[in-house]
Formats: sequence, structure tokens, C-alpha cells
Amino acid sequence: MLVPMITVEGLTKTYGGYRAVDNVSFECRPGAVTGFLGPNGAGKSTTMRIIAGLTPPTSGQTRVSGVRYQDIPNPGTQVGVLLDASAQHAGRTGREILALSAATMGLPMSRVDEMLEVVSLSKSESKRRVRNYSLGMRQRLGIANALLGDPKILILDEPANGLDPAGIHWMRSLLREYANRGGTVLLSSHLLHEIEVIADEIIVIGQGRIVAQGTKAELLRTAGTFVKAGDASALANALTAAGISAVASGDGGLRTEAEPEEVGKAAAIAGVALVELRPAEGAGLEEMFLELTADTQREVVTPEGAQA
Amino acid sequence: MSTTAVVKIDTARPGVPLGRLVKVELRKMFDTRSGFWLMMSIGIIAVIATVSVILFFPNDDLSYSTFGTAVGFPMALLLPVVAILSVTGEWSQRTGLITFTLAPHRAQVILSKVIAAVIVGVVSMLLAFAIGALGNVVGSALNGVDPVWDMEVGVLFTIILANILGMLVGFMLGVLIRNSAGAIVAYVVYSFLLPGIFGVLAELQDWFKDIQPWVDFGDAQTPLFDNMPSGEEWAQIGTSGLIWLAIPLAFGVWSVLRSEVK
Repeated sequence: MLVPMITVEGLTKTYGGYRAVDNVSFECRPGAVTGFLGPNGAGKSTTMRIIAGLTPPTSGQTRVSGVRYQDIPNPGTQVGVLLDASAQHAGRTGREILALSAATMGLPMSRVDEMLEVVSLSKSESKRRVRNYSLGMRQRLGIANALLGDPKILILDEPANGLDPAGIHWMRSLLREYANRGGTVLLSSHLLHEIEVIADEIIVIGQGRIVAQGTKAELLRTAGTFVKAGDASALANALTAAGISAVASGDGGLRTEAEPEEVGKAAAIAGVALVELRPAEGAGLEEMFLELTADTQREVVTPEGAQA
Repeated sequence: MSTTAVVKIDTARPGVPLGRLVKVELRKMFDTRSGFWLMMSIGIIAVIATVSVILFFPNDDLSYSTFGTAVGFPMALLLPVVAILSVTGEWSQRTGLITFTLAPHRAQVILSKVIAAVIVGVVSMLLAFAIGALGNVVGSALNGVDPVWDMEVGVLFTIILANILGMLVGFMLGVLIRNSAGAIVAYVVYSFLLPGIFGVLAELQDWFKDIQPWVDFGDAQTPLFDNMPSGEEWAQIGTSGLIWLAIPLAFGVWSVLRSEVK
């Protein structure tokens, strides 16, 4: 059993009467990418700032490899942190920002050039002032800054934001390799797909509370069947007639606890042509996430399809 | 990650030494265009002030103190701004997110900023005095008279001290307000409006006139500019400085240590 590299225990942070983080507990293992998933304002960034010692918690505690973040000597060489790629002095060049971090950590300046290469920022780009950087370039700079001290843990808040598809692909392989070499990664995103693709462990947070957590396999394993027909209401009627209860799921489909075979038979008896029939893998997670998002984003997200 | 299966972080290695932080803070003062020109302006304005004295001042009255005053005045304005920006930038530009994750002991970061600011202050003042001295030599030579050196070395030191106190005031406002524009406005109010209010108050109220040197920091510092302060005057700098610098500075640092960096 490996010691958890990040431990969060009963963490709560309140601002006046508002609970931004509400009794959150989780652990991050070495060699795994832990995805921190939740809509904007769910408490991801606050939790990450508390882990990095920037925000004092109201109650509860966080530990990095068993010690408080503040007690890590020269922490940049152990934990790489990217909390907000836009939080940079606009008047500094990208290179200078890395040089300042390298100087603080006591690293040779050659490390700056190495990292610029790793994140594919060219020599001329690195000499431009950050004011003239796109968000994607700032993210690359921020990732370079986090990697600078050759840390064993990476804490990245929304690192995919602003990256183009090629950049996102690059970042995924980078983090995958990093974890495969034994590194610990905690990264946040408000996009389910993003987390699904990269994470080994998933923590879902909404309104400050953890609503689900486990390995990706556990969370995606949903019992039952996903079924979709051209005529959604005919399908709903067919299932009702067969005594199968189902709920709306995804884009015009239905999810039911029944086995695919049963569902297929019921549709065949009623003569309903199916578009999709498969085990409902991941559908539960998606429904849960949509629900969370609907609560906080003030947009009405009603899954299409009839309630059966 | 150079090895596989690392299960613990290294807590035995040395921390970030103060000297390294001071170097980084000094570097931060020069590495932006605005910071660079703020620093350059200290030298440039000292030269402009010196040349102006030579051109426009009555030739008979030229002496080193004239140059010293002309060069010193802009310093008293610019140096506190240097101190203010070194603190507030971490919040206004949000660079604190990186600074305080790499060096989580904030008191150490604040101390390194104070040291860096004092280094800049002392070097700037020595430079200003040197430019003034050069002006005195050149100005006198142009007028065919012997240069008049009417400032004692001791006063040069107390003037430097006064400017360092001014920088610490800027620093204090920086840690209290943590916003560049707000802290600079507060400094202007503090150093130009407050003395006026004290002056009016002293005119109107006799009881205040008696205690003014003890509680008016600006008033208490005036001896620093013309002679070595007496024991009583040092004490007045102490009491007024306690009220207007030490206590608010302590409160500001305390709030920085407890505050949220975001």
C-alpha cells in the first residue's frame, strides 16, 4: 500500500455564511492522475489553494506526503503548482517568470530553457511579455513553471483551459507519462470528458461537497442499459408495457436497470426500431454531472426524451 | 521524476535561504518595463534636478546643500513608490500565487522585500548625493568660484535614514492596502495631506501644539534634514514613528500572514 501523497481531511472553508468547501476528504495516490471534477464555483480552486498553503481553512486539514505544505523545505522542488495561468505580471517576459522561479528554488538557468522546450514555447515567444500571450501560451508557461523544480506531485487547476486540441492532447500524454513514472497528479476541470479521458481516480464536487469519488472504472460502471429509439415516446410506451422502468438519459435516450436483452425484446415486441442499445457505461456519471451543473449554472438542462 | 516508485517527498533538503529571496526581490524590481523605468527615473531625475540648479539658481548662493535638497526631494517621492510596488504587485498582479507557493513562509518573503527595498534606497541616495556633488563641482567651476561644502557627513546619514523611513511608510501602506493604486494614493495623503491637517490643528489648538512633535511623524523627522537630532528629537521620532509606522506596519504584516492569496 502506497502512502497517499495528498491527503485532505474534513476540509471546510466558509466565507461569511457561504460554505465554499464543505467537509471535503480525499486522497491522491502516487502513479495516478486524480481528476477533480465539478462545475465552476464548486470549490475546486479553493481546495487546491488550501492544499498549497495559500488559503487558511476554516476547519479540517491538508497534508502533502504527511506534512503541512508550509513545512516542505523549498516546496517548488517537491510540489509543482499551477493555480491560475493568468496570474502573472503582464509586464514580465515568459522567460523571466520562469527565471524568477528557478532563482527562488536555486536551480540553474539551463533548467528554464529545458522547460520552455518541454512546453514548446519558442525562444522568441519566451522573450515576449506575458501581456501579449494567448491563454493557451499562458497555460504552457504555467505548466513549465510547475514542472521547473522536477517535483513529485503536480497540482494543476484547469490546465486544459485555453489549450487548443493539439495542446490538450500534448498535456494528456505529458501527465500520463508523469504519472507512469510514479508522479502524483491532481488536476481539476469543469469538463466531464476532459477528466474521463485522463484521470485514473475521479472526485466529483458540487457546491462545496463531494458527491462521488472512486476509480474511473467504479464510477463509470453503471448497472443497466442505455437505449435510444427514433421514436422516443413509442420506446417509452414499449418499456412501460413490458414493466420496465426507465429514466431519461443523455441526448434523447433512456436508461433502465434492466438487462440489454430484456430491453431489446420489449422493443421488438412493440415493433420499435432502436438506434442504440448498450450497457449504460458512464451514463450515471453524466446524469449526475448534468444535475450538478444545472444547479449551479442556472441553465435549464433537462435531458430530452420522455419520462417513462 | 527521475526515479520510479517515489513514495515520499524529500523533507530533509535545505529550505529557501533569505539571501536568495532578497536577490529574487531585487530582480523583480527591475525586470518589468515599468519597474525598470521607475529605477532609471531615480537617476534621471537626480541629473535633471542638478542641471536645473546649475542653470536657474542664483550663482552666488550655490552650495552643496542646494544640490542636496534639489536631488533629495524627488527621491522622497520615488523611493516609497518602489517600496509600495514591491509589495502590492504580488496582489495587484496576482504574482503572489507563485511567490507564496514557492516560499510559503510569508514573513520571510516580506523581510526579503524590506531588505531589497532598503538596499535600493541606500544605493539610490548615495547615487543622488554623488550626482549632487558632481553638480556642485561643475556648477562652481562654471562660475569660477570654489565649491561650498555646507553639509556635514552626519546629515547625509540622517537624510538617508529619513528616506528609509519614508520607504518603510510606503511598505507599511503596501502591506495594509495590498493594492498598487490604493497604496500610492494613501501615501500621497499620508505625506502631504496629513502634515497639513496637523499644522492647522496645531494653529488652532494650543494643547496639540505642545504634543505635536511627539505624535506628528512628519514634523518629528524635520531635524533629520538639517542637523543631528538631539536626544529629545530622537525620542520624538521614536514615539511618532511608533504610532504612524511601527504599529500599522506590525498590523499589516500580521494581516498578510493570515490573509488569503488568490
